Parts: sequence; structure tokens; C-alpha cells
Amino acid sequence: MSKTEAGSGQQDRGGPGQPLIIAKDLKKHFPVRSGLFNRRSATVRAVDGVSFDVIKGETLGIVGESGCGKSTTARLLIGLIELDEGGIIFDGDTLGGDIGLKELRRGVQMVFQDSYASLNPRLTIVDSIAFGPKIQGLDKPMDRARDLLARVGLEPDRFAQRYPHELSGGQRQRVNIARALAMEPRLVILDEAVSALDKSVEAQVLNLLNDLRREFGLTYVFISHDLNVVRYISDRVLVMYLGEVVEIGPSEAIYAKQAHPYTASLFAAMPSMDPDNRTDEPPLAGDPPNPIDPPSGCRFHTRCRFAEDVCAARKPVLSVIAGDEAHLAACHIHEPGSGHSLAKREAAE
Amino acid sequence: MTETPLVEFNALKVRFKGERTVHAINGLSLSMQQGETLGLLGESGSGKSVTLKTLLRLLPPRRSEIEGSVRVNGTDITTLSGRALSAYRGREVSMVFQEPALALDPVYTIGDQIAETVMRHKGIGRHAAMDVALDMLTRVRIPSPERRLKNYPHEMSGGMRQRAMIALALACRPKLLLADEPTTALDATVQIQILLLLRELQREFGMGVIFVTHDIGVAVEVSDRIAVMYAGNIVETGTTRDVIKNPRHPYTRGLLAANLHGAVKGERLDAIPGSPPALEELPSACSFAPRCAFARPQCLSGLPPVTDLGDGHSVACVLEHPAFDERSREALPV
Repeated sequence: MSKTEAGSGQQDRGGPGQPLIIAKDLKKHFPVRSGLFNRRSATVRAVDGVSFDVIKGETLGIVGESGCGKSTTARLLIGLIELDEGGIIFDGDTLGGDIGLKELRRGVQMVFQDSYASLNPRLTIVDSIAFGPKIQGLDKPMDRARDLLARVGLEPDRFAQRYPHELSGGQRQRVNIARALAMEPRLVILDEAVSALDKSVEAQVLNLLNDLRREFGLTYVFISHDLNVVRYISDRVLVMYLGEVVEIGPSEAIYAKQAHPYTASLFAAMPSMDPDNRTDEPPLAGDPPNPIDPPSGCRFHTRCRFAEDVCAARKPVLSVIAGDEAHLAACHIHEPGSGHSLAKREAAE
Repeated sequence: MTETPLVEFNALKVRFKGERTVHAINGLSLSMQQGETLGLLGESGSGKSVTLKTLLRLLPPRRSEIEGSVRVNGTDITTLSGRALSAYRGREVSMVFQEPALALDPVYTIGDQIAETVMRHKGIGRHAAMDVALDMLTRVRIPSPERRLKNYPHEMSGGMRQRAMIALALACRPKLLLADEPTTALDATVQIQILLLLRELQREFGMGVIFVTHDIGVAVEVSDRIAVMYAGNIVETGTTRDVIKNPRHPYTRGLLAANLHGAVKGERLDAIPGSPPALEELPSACSFAPRCAFARPQCLSGLPPVTDLGDGHSVACVLEHPAFDERSREALPV
């Protein structure tokens, strides 16, 4: 390696205790331009102070509704859009200091929702898969690409020379997964990667993702709006609302008992799957507010049934839920001494 | 039953011609009672949207060939034309689409769009029609409806637009409402609101609803009965309870497993292999057989017989046919 100290993004450097990714206080604000001179008239606070770790070998699920910033967070992690503030540390190396984007992207790859739009229509799929390794100067990119095609369940002799339009949606998403793996990444970000697939095909791709994770020792960041899928695949779950993290914790803990009222509403909004026990009352009224001008204090207070004065006045911080160190929620109810009538009076000693 | 069924499909076939032929619907027969909510469940390409479009006569006339009959309240609607057709659309039957932003006219206010429909079908004046529009916006629980009447579609959020779309569809009190994935584009917390609203309005107006969706959970939430479609035909139909708790067709079972409700984390999913057929030729055997773990030789030699299991539960699969040999069934893979 030419850059001796800083990693190429591929070897394990920090050891198992070092998180693979540390995202620190990520911020991304998009200007909304309008009027005669394209003046900046408003700001969308797409991601507003998001911090989390991704532990080596885990699958971190990110859930939330449209506009909550989950896709923007994913794009920030892989450097597809520039950070306004905050930092990313990949296995101990700071992005922009120790390693650059090129090194980061050998270690982090991404699969997008739209399987067709993410492939070049003029390249055969084997060329698409080999493209990244060629640019990075890896050995025998074509052989590698054919091996990967076989690995994701597409027979190379039949499929290698086909163009994206000659494949079904499920097959194309397999190609996108193979392309992501061609760089031998350690982290794969799956941004609604199975959402556009039919249910029967989605199950096949989820099986494939589980197999690949085991075989290549991968770490996943899995973004989805489907809570059933996230529960099935994730070790930990991060819940976002209007550009902020409202809850994070082990998926069993969150699925068993949601600490944040927004998370609870999101779960209650899932169809019941029981004809004898249908949902009778919608958990929330109205649509999510506009991220251009988010509510003050806790951003959920306008729709929360436990909201009190303190919720509009002060922003809650992520606090540990009693009994589980790994489970945190940003809600005044769970913040001792916050002044909310349901919170403990005093901060713990 | 003496009451005329609200909708009755009889051996419906729809074929699209063009560069290549697609057999979208292949001999679909189904009947639906007045005031019933039917969930039409299937994956993309299974023909569920084509079924709805046939009902509303929205298919391109030159490129599509329709065989068989579709009766709504006893009238064969495949032969309607001119005035009779426009009286039928919007008054007898109306539709709610997946993307309200595309289905509503961007240059007219919500109030104008609803009033126009009412004036046309009911022959009342603009003033009275606006009152109907206001009443409808109130019924779909849009906050401050007087103000919203003067809104253009782009001034509303996604959930609000879908409510307005429903108000428009129901303004003339149709006997049948067609809903084509009306909540698929919405967020989870908004989706459940719209589903519950549709359920309430259905009860209030007593209309029949055909609800097309690919999401089993959504179908369970709204339907009295469910019909599962695959490759342009219905493979299983029955009450929601029967189909969900006692699915008989291997495809229905696969779909239920793929919903992941109750799937154990990390455990291998019982996925249906392969993908749906392209339908370039008219199926002459069970379309699901190539993907089916239970396929027998007879599945490939002819169309599967439809077996009535009682209580309106029927399934198109040789395994369920009384003539099927029980002994060979024991040896089936599980």
C-alpha cells in the first residue's frame, strides 16, 4: 500500500472493538431556491445532528417515513453528498484526514432501490460489475465479475453478456449486489434495496443477503420502511424522525417495547395481519410535518399524545432506557429530571 | 342467491397486441355481492390493475382484445359506449388511483374538480354542487374543509390529496369503488389512516369496493373477501379469514411466508423460487407449476381444476381436487 499508515479500506485495522463506522453529529441542510434570482428562500434540514456507530459484523436497520433523512444519511456515509458538519470515522481512520473518498469507497459500497436506474443501460452486466475493480486497479476484474454473478445466483454463461433491460427486477438487484461486492467492501449500505421487488422475489434476495453476509463477513446498514423486513434482518435498529435519531437499540428490545412515542406509533401503524383483530384507531393523525420548518424542541411534539410544555421548549437528548444500556431514546419521558410529568423526578446519581 | 351480484366476471380474457402479445387476463371468473369489500391481491404483472381497468373500460380499445363478459348490476359493460359509458363511469363505478398527484388535475382547485363531476352526473347547479363538494371534504375528514375547497392539489400533502381523491370518487355515491393501490405511495402512519377511512366510508355508503394491493397486511385490514391473482387468473378466493388462516394454494402460502410477519430473524425464508411467467402465450397448464414445490405431472398437462371447498372458499390447484389421489399427496415435500 502506498499510503502506509492509513488503510485501503479493506483490512481490519482497529480490531473487533473499534466500530466500523462512527458517524459524529452529521448535518446536511439543503437550500430551497425560488424567485427571480434563485435566492435561497428556505432550508430543508434533511439530516440534523445524527450520531451513531456501526459495529463490525452487525446489521444496523434504519427506519423512518419519507423525508426523515434516512437516505440522506446513507449518502453521507458513502460520500455521495458532502457533509455540512460532522465527521465520519471508518475503522479508526477519519474521512478527509486519514483516508480519502476513494479509499472509503473500497470499504463501503451501496445498493439502491431502483435496480434499473442504478445500472448503465449501455454496459453488459458483466462489464458493469467489473467496472469498479478496473478503476481501482484490482486483478482480473472480468473473472471476478463472473464469479460474483454465479455467487448471486445468475449463471455467468447465460447472463454475463445481457443488458440490464433483458433482466427482471429481482435479477437486476442481484447484479447490483454483485457489483457492490466486486470491491470486496466491508460495509454494504442497502437503501430500500428490496422495496421495489415483489414479495416472493424479496424473500429470495433477503436469503441471498444473509448468505453473503456470513460468507464474506460483511456489515450491513439496511434502510427500509418495512418494519417486518427490518426485524428479520437487523441486529440493531435506528429510528429517525425529521432528520434526527429518536431511538436506537437492539431490534428485539425495540420490537418488544418501543420507548419513543413516535416509534410506538410507527409500529402500531403496521397492518395487523389478523382478520379477527383489525386496527381500529389510527395511531397518529395527519401527515409528518415539513422538514423545511420543523417544530421546536422535540420535533415530534406536534403529533405526540404525551406532549407537554417542556416538549415544545427543549430538545430531548438520547438517554439510556432503564435496564438496557444499548437502548436509547430521545424523549423527555425517558430523561430523568426533564420536567415531563411522566419522567423520573431527579437525574440518577 | 336471488340478489343480482354487484360484479360478475365470466371467463374474462384480456389480450394486448403490439410488438409482442401479452395475455394479461386468462379466463377470470368471479362474482361479488353488493356492499362487499374484495381485496384483489397479487404481484406486479398478475393482472390485478388490468382487471380494474377493464371494469372501468379504461384499456386502449385498439390494442386490447376482450373476451368473456363483465356484468355490473346485471349490465354487460364490455359493450357500453357513448353516453351510456360516460354515465356509467363516475356514477355507477369510480376509481381511486395510486398517485393522487397524477390523477388530480393540477390547474383546477379541489372544489372545482368535485363540483364538476357532481354537476355532470346529477345535473345540479354549481352552487349546489359546491355544497356537495364541501360535504364530501368533511366526510373524508379533511381539516378546515372550506379553505381546502379552494386549494390546488400541489398545496396539499400526500395523505390530504388521497383524501381529496376519495372525496372526488365518492361524490356521486357510486355503487362500486375501485381502489388501485391507494395507499402504496403513502407513509405507514398515513396509510393506516386512509385504510380506516375507506373502511368507515364503505360502511357509511354501503358501496362495494374492489381493493387492489400487493400487500397482504393491507388486504387483511380492509377486505371481507380476498382473491389471490397469479399470471392473469385467480388462484384462490375466500373470506379473508379462510385465505389468511387456512391458505390452500401453494402460491398463497408462499406469499404469506414472504410477508415475514412472524419470521424468525436470520432463519432461512421459505422463498418461492424463480419469477412470474412473461405471459406471451396463453397458459395451457398451471402457470405456477414451474415455481411450485408441490408440482405433479398433471399440473403441467392441463389447466388446474377449480375446487369449491365450501363457504365461498375456492382454489385452482390439482392437489385440492377431490379426484386427486390422497396417497401420492402423503409423499409431497413439506
